[in-house]
This record gives sequence, C-alpha cells and structure tokens, in this order.
Amino acid sequence: MTTAAPRSTAAATPPAGAVGTAHTRVEGVEKVTGAARYAGEIPFAGLAHGWLAVSTVARGRIRSIDTDAVLAMPGVLAVLHHGNAPRLETDYIGMLGTRPDPTCTVFQHDRVPSMGWPVALVVAETPEQAREAAESLVVDYEQQPHDIDFHSGRPDAVGLDGHMPAVTGKGDLEAELAASAAVVDAEYTTPEEHHSMMEPHAVTALWDGGRLEVFDSNQGATWVVGELAKMFSLEPSAVRVRSEHVGGGFGSKGVRAHQVAAVMAATVLRRPVRVVMTRRQMFSLAGYRSPTAQRVRLGADADGRLRALEHRSLSLTSTVHDFVEPSAGHSRVMYDADAHHTANQVVRLDLPTPTFMRAPGEAPGSFAMECALDELAVKCGLDPIELRLRNEPERGPVSGLPFSSRNLAACFREGARRFGWAGRDPRPGVRRDGRWLLGTGTAAASFGAGAGPSTAVLTAEADGTFTVRIAAADIGTGARTALTLIAADALGVTTDRVRVRIGDSDFGPAMIAGGSMGTRSWAWAVNTAAAELRERLALGADIPPEGITVRSDTTAAVGALARKERHSYGAQFAEVAVDLTTGEVRVRRMLGIFAAGRIVNPLTARNQLVGGMVWGISMALHEEAVRDRATGGHYGADLAGYHVATNADVQDIEADWIEDHDPDDPVGIKGVGEIGIVGAAAAVANAVWHATGARHRDLPIRPDRVLRAAAEKAPHA
Amino acid sequence: MDPSTSSAITLNINGEKHTLSVDHRTTLLDALRERLEMTGTKKGCDQGQCGACTVLVDGRRAVSCLQFAVAAEDRQITTIEGMAEGDELHPVQQAFLDLDGYQCGYCTPGQICSAVAVIEEHAAGWPSAVTDDVRPEAGPPPLTPEEIRERMSGNLCRCGAYTSIVQAVARAARSGRAAGPPATASAAGDTQEEKDKEAAA
Repeated sequence: MTTAAPRSTAAATPPAGAVGTAHTRVEGVEKVTGAARYAGEIPFAGLAHGWLAVSTVARGRIRSIDTDAVLAMPGVLAVLHHGNAPRLETDYIGMLGTRPDPTCTVFQHDRVPSMGWPVALVVAETPEQAREAAESLVVDYEQQPHDIDFHSGRPDAVGLDGHMPAVTGKGDLEAELAASAAVVDAEYTTPEEHHSMMEPHAVTALWDGGRLEVFDSNQGATWVVGELAKMFSLEPSAVRVRSEHVGGGFGSKGVRAHQVAAVMAATVLRRPVRVVMTRRQMFSLAGYRSPTAQRVRLGADADGRLRALEHRSLSLTSTVHDFVEPSAGHSRVMYDADAHHTANQVVRLDLPTPTFMRAPGEAPGSFAMECALDELAVKCGLDPIELRLRNEPERGPVSGLPFSSRNLAACFREGARRFGWAGRDPRPGVRRDGRWLLGTGTAAASFGAGAGPSTAVLTAEADGTFTVRIAAADIGTGARTALTLIAADALGVTTDRVRVRIGDSDFGPAMIAGGSMGTRSWAWAVNTAAAELRERLALGADIPPEGITVRSDTTAAVGALARKERHSYGAQFAEVAVDLTTGEVRVRRMLGIFAAGRIVNPLTARNQLVGGMVWGISMALHEEAVRDRATGGHYGADLAGYHVATNADVQDIEADWIEDHDPDDPVGIKGVGEIGIVGAAAAVANAVWHATGARHRDLPIRPDRVLRAAAEKAPHA
Repeated sequence: MDPSTSSAITLNINGEKHTLSVDHRTTLLDALRERLEMTGTKKGCDQGQCGACTVLVDGRRAVSCLQFAVAAEDRQITTIEGMAEGDELHPVQQAFLDLDGYQCGYCTPGQICSAVAVIEEHAAGWPSAVTDDVRPEAGPPPLTPEEIRERMSGNLCRCGAYTSIVQAVARAARSGRAAGPPATASAAGDTQEEKDKEAAA
C-alpha cells in the first residue's frame, strides 16, 4: 500500500508541528549564493531590450516624436508610441475591483497628464543601444499649465470611496467638543513617499507556441495575468505569468507600464523583449504613497473618555485615475466617541497616480491619530497608555460589528513591562545624556485581517512526497517557507517531504501578496486541499505514477466568513535621543508587541515585523519626495535624494507577539506584513516631543524642523 | 566588431578568465549580468547609491555599476558566485542564511560581498567613522554592532533586515577570527529572537 499515512513517520509518532517553530527560508541557499534568478535575469535566445522614454513636461500633448533619427541608430529595432502601438482594451474591471490605471495602458493617446509619463518604448539589440536611443529620442510637446499644489483646504477636494466609504459620521461633533474638558485640534501632514524596493520592476515577455509568456516581478501572478489578458483581448489560458523570486514589492508591484510595453514589443517584433525600469523612472512609473494633510479634532472628559472624534484626511490622485489613501480608516477601527466623524478626500492634480504602499491609509492615518491622542493625554494629565485603555471600544466604532479578537490592551501591558514604561516621568525635555535630550513615546497599531479567494493544487507523489502548487508570491515575506510549514502540518508529515511551488499563474487563481492577506489566504486554500487529500489517501488506494492530485477553491468559504471586525493589533514603543545643536534625532531603541493571530514562522515573521518598524523610523525621520512646482518633477529622484533608513539609522529594535486566538476563524493567521509600520512613526514623534517638548506634526522630522522648533521654544525656555 | 565602440577584453572573475567583446559603454555590472550570465550581482540603482552591485575588486569592495568593464581588465574580481567553496557556504553566507539576514534577497549578494570585506578591513585595523581611537597603534576596535552598522551602511536593505544583517556579520566575524576581539550580536541580550535563530540554525 502506498498511501501517505503508512509511509509517514506520523504512523508511529506524529511529527511535531512545524507551524510556530523557526525555519530558515527554503530558498535561502539560492539567495545567499546569487543563484536565485529574478525576473530580469532569465536568459533567452534572441532577447531584445526595451527602454522606456518618459515625458519631460507635467501636462500637455505630444506634437511629434522624431523616430527616424533613433531608428537609424545602431541596433535599434523599433520605437513604440501612441502613433503606432497596438490598441488596448481598457474598459474592464480588474481583480482589485478597479479599471486599469491609464499610466499602465501605455501609448494609447497623445495626452501627457504628468511628468514622467511613458511616451515611448525604444527596443534595441543591447541594453546600451536601447538606453542611448531612448535618451536621444526627441519628443516635441505642446506644453500646458500644470497644478501640483497639494495642501489642505483645497476647494476642489472631493470625497472618494476607494476601498471604504469616503465619509462616516454619527453624533453632534460641535456640541460634544464644546462640552469636552480637554480638546485637541491639530493638522498633521505626511509627505509623498516611495516604495523603493531594491529590485527595480522588470519583465521579459515572449510568445511561445501561441502563448504569451511573461517572466515578471510582481505581487500576484493571477492579478497580472488577468489584466494582461483583458488589455490584449486574449483568453486567460493564452497568457502565463511567472514570478519565481521578487525583490520586494510593498504594494508597487502590480500591473505597470513596463509589462504592457514589453508585451506590445514582443508582439510586434515576435521575439523576447525585456523591459526594466531605471531607478529614476520608478519615481514616476511605480506608484507612490500620496502626501496627506489630516485634521484631527478630539474632545474628552477630564477622565479621558472621548466625547468627540473627527479625523479628516486629504490625499491626492492623478487626473486620469482615482486612488485614495484612506488615512481616516484608522480611526474607524481604533476609537469610539459619542460624536465620531471621519472623511477621506482627494484632490486631482497633474501628478502620477499614487498606489498602495505598505499599510495604505493606516501608516499616515495612525501617525495623525496616535500623535493626537498623545497630545490629548498630556492635556488630560493621563498616561498615554491609560488614555487608550480607557477608550477601548466594545464593538466597531463605525460598523457596530463585534471584534473577532482585540488584544490591544494585552499588547500595551506586555510592551510596557518589557520596555520599562512604568514610572515614566511625563514631563517633556528633562532627561539628558550628554548632548542628547532623551524621550520615550508610544502608539497603538492595527491592521485589517482580510482574506481573498484562492485555489491550491496538492499532489501526493508516488515517492511519498507532496507537491503544493499555488500562485502565491514571495516578495520577501517568507511565504514560500510559511506555506511549506502549513502544508506539512496539514498533511501530517515532516517539512522535508513537502515541496512548495509558487509564482505561476498556471497554478490557478490565488490572492495577491497584499493587504497582509497573502499567507492567510493561501494557507486557507492549502489547508482545504490537504484535508481532502488526506481523506483520499486514507481510503488506502495505491498512488499511481502521476500521483494523486486535489484542487481546492476557497471562494465560497471566504465569502461565508461571518462579518466581524477582524484585525491585528500592536503597541509600539520608541526611545529617541535629540541633539538640539545639530537637529539630529536618533532612535535608540524600539519595541513592538503585536497580537497578530497565529505566527507561522517566528524567524521570518519577526524579521518582517522589525522591517515594518524600520519603515516607521524611515517614515518618521527620513523619507520625503520633494517636487519642483515649476516643472512638476522631483528633486533628486534617486536613492541619494530620497532617503530611506540605512543600517546605521537602525539601532536596537525588537518585535514580539502575544497569544492571539480567534476561535471563530478557520485559519487563525492574521498576517504581519503591514502592522509593523502602523503607529511606528507616531511612537517616534511622540518620543521626540517627550525629549524636547516640541510637537512635530509634519513628517519627516528633519534636522531643520527640529532646530526651528527649538528656536521657537527658546524664548520661553 | 567596431573597434571605435567595442573591444575584446579578458576579465578575471572568481579565478577564471572570461574573454568577451564589450561595448565601451558596458559597465562591469552589465558585463557580469548581461554578457556572462552571472546575475548574482544585482542592479538596484545603477548609480552607485544602493550597494546591491557590490563586488570585490582586488579584494576591496566596489560598486560594479560605476566602473566600465573595459577598465576592469587585469583586476581580480570576486562576485557572490565565487564566495562558496563547492557546496560549502562562506561563513558570511551561512550566517545570513541561519540568522535570516535578508527578506526579498535582492540586496543580499551585495551585503554579503560587503560583509566579507568589512571583516577583512576591520581585521586589518581600518577605522570607521564611529571608531573612537583611530591611532594606528590602537589596533582594530571591537567589532561592536555600532561598528558593523556604520561599515555596512553603503548597502541599503529596503526590507529593513538590518538587525539580522548585523547579527550575521558579527557571527561570521567571530567564526572566522577566533583570536579577534569579542563581538556582541545584539544589545538586547538573550532574546526570544536569538533563541529562534539558534533553533532555526
């Protein structure tokens, strides 16, 4: 008999559960030896190289493109532009429920709605030839005046629903504010921020035997295959997208201009075409986080109980596609008040379309609200943790739904104990270490624990091993390893008998690596298929040479999940040192304690949570894309001009978690990709206040801002 | 081949000679990746700002995107593909693997090449910007986390795996130089994080 069970060591002694124990990455050797091939690194015979040319004006029309001069250059094969590119279907709704962003459906018209808009693809035999030709391409524009002026109070701001309603409201805000013993009314701003993952967007497209083959770096093969099939009017089965290794995504790696341009070129030239974005192009083509201007008004009784909460956020989008950074969403989950009003508004400007970036909405929204609560705590004379504990809601403040589990208070208790919060002197500006002023701060975090429908294919092989096939993406999350542990436990075998294959649209539809939903959604599908496979194997049938294969589809199960407020939570703590002579802020230590459901692989989960907190430091102190109003473009669109945290910026950071069971949830995994950044920048900003007595409501907390704040305080010091 | 725009060159990479004709505009990085199929060296920015393309040139770390391939003749070039000996990983590679000194892995080859050089630079007594006593007779400073962070800051990791990278470099430095000064892997001490990593390793 060749069923799995008798062969398994489980027959005698069940293997210890793999989930919850630390495992190094299954593709680790490939990554540390350089053997792992990313999308732009796979060789093909006859490969041609495409180089995007982007607009040098922020608004206008293309009058002419001088292709003749470029076509005469050595090695140049083609110049694709709006005058000759294949027509695309753009009237459809994609996997994420939106129409395609025209930034991605390239070369369909002569209009230029933003600086850095893709206007042509130059294809040549070598990358050097393509690059020189693209940079030599002369495009003549009819330039029109542009407006990139983002600030609060724009009269043309409109409410935009996006992935949540634009506006929520209950109660009489003004009356409750008037009746409050303590009131905070402040505006907070966050700047334009860029994903800046280390691997630039890269793709190779080719036609092979009547099928379009796409080797891509993305966060969801299902997502990309669906969009490309619709745009090019192909049967979904005629397109295959593979994405074996992905050098970071953070929300940016969906469908973008380079994939569409590469498919066009491969179709026109009938040979493989690779297109890789330059680092500079990524600043206009890869999406970004919109700047935000947020007004928060809080009113509380003397004991800190919230009577009034208002959180209004303004973000920007392009003139060609709507995207909203829903920063007010944080307040819809975290805190209740008798009068509770939130709104997400956008203004449409002559800029590229922003997109999802690690904790969209939650990251900037938590900065504003968690800083405002810190200000309220001071006004009420309360410890900021105590203020939050006094405002723990029983049900979703806006939805009225019960929480599936809400362990925020436990996170604060454990975090306060380990950070050494007890006995903290609340007075600002009184601790010194040589030239440094010291302070500590805290903030709360939460992120939604959603799930998306997925399919998984599990095969019991004749040799006693198991193969899992699922169109998951491992963008550095450790998903491939996590799914190996999950499958091993679900099958009741050791991990060395499980082989997980991901990143291939031919494996069937699956959720993207996004919204902290990837591992949760894929695990659900793997568990479901494993259960059925074990039943089949328990019947004792022989395993034929081709194995026994089952396929799961969680669409119905995900849809049947009871409606509840499902989130992970966390408590962030930071200790900073501020030098008022140089304006320098150093984060000496950070601690994040999270309630994030079942932790699959502590080794990689901790790394990811810490990585999110590093993003919080980076958001608080470093990141800011600055635009020139005259041109509409960036100053310093590169990694020297756009600062992300370096190794020397990151000192002692620790992330850990508490038990967080959700008896009602069939998977129990909540995801850890995004919650690490939520609240992290607020904890740093609150610590800077505690160190210096100056509130920094505009990010990043640059040295010049620290110095200016110190100078403003000086007369009163 | 047009001699005004391209040349035949020989590159010595990981102890092997490779003869090829290159466009004069070709960087060492592109020669490795596009011409020799040695894609372990990564292109993160192509501007010398991120460190992903770090290789060793005559034993010293260098960003391969800022040198032309034609200028790399007669140099001994070591890339990530040349670090392991057969199936046996270099101690730095092993430490990155065991301690999860990465996430997406794209900056990793550059981090590892940098780390190998950092350990050698430190052993040779090179000070860094955070070294307190830079007199030659003071000898190498303790390879503290602060020293490692400073010396590794030319390599960006957007996933934010810096704390694990520092631990990996510290462990590799310890394993390679038993007589060297002790390094502490983490200021936090005996944390659950370290226990997990020992268990995984």
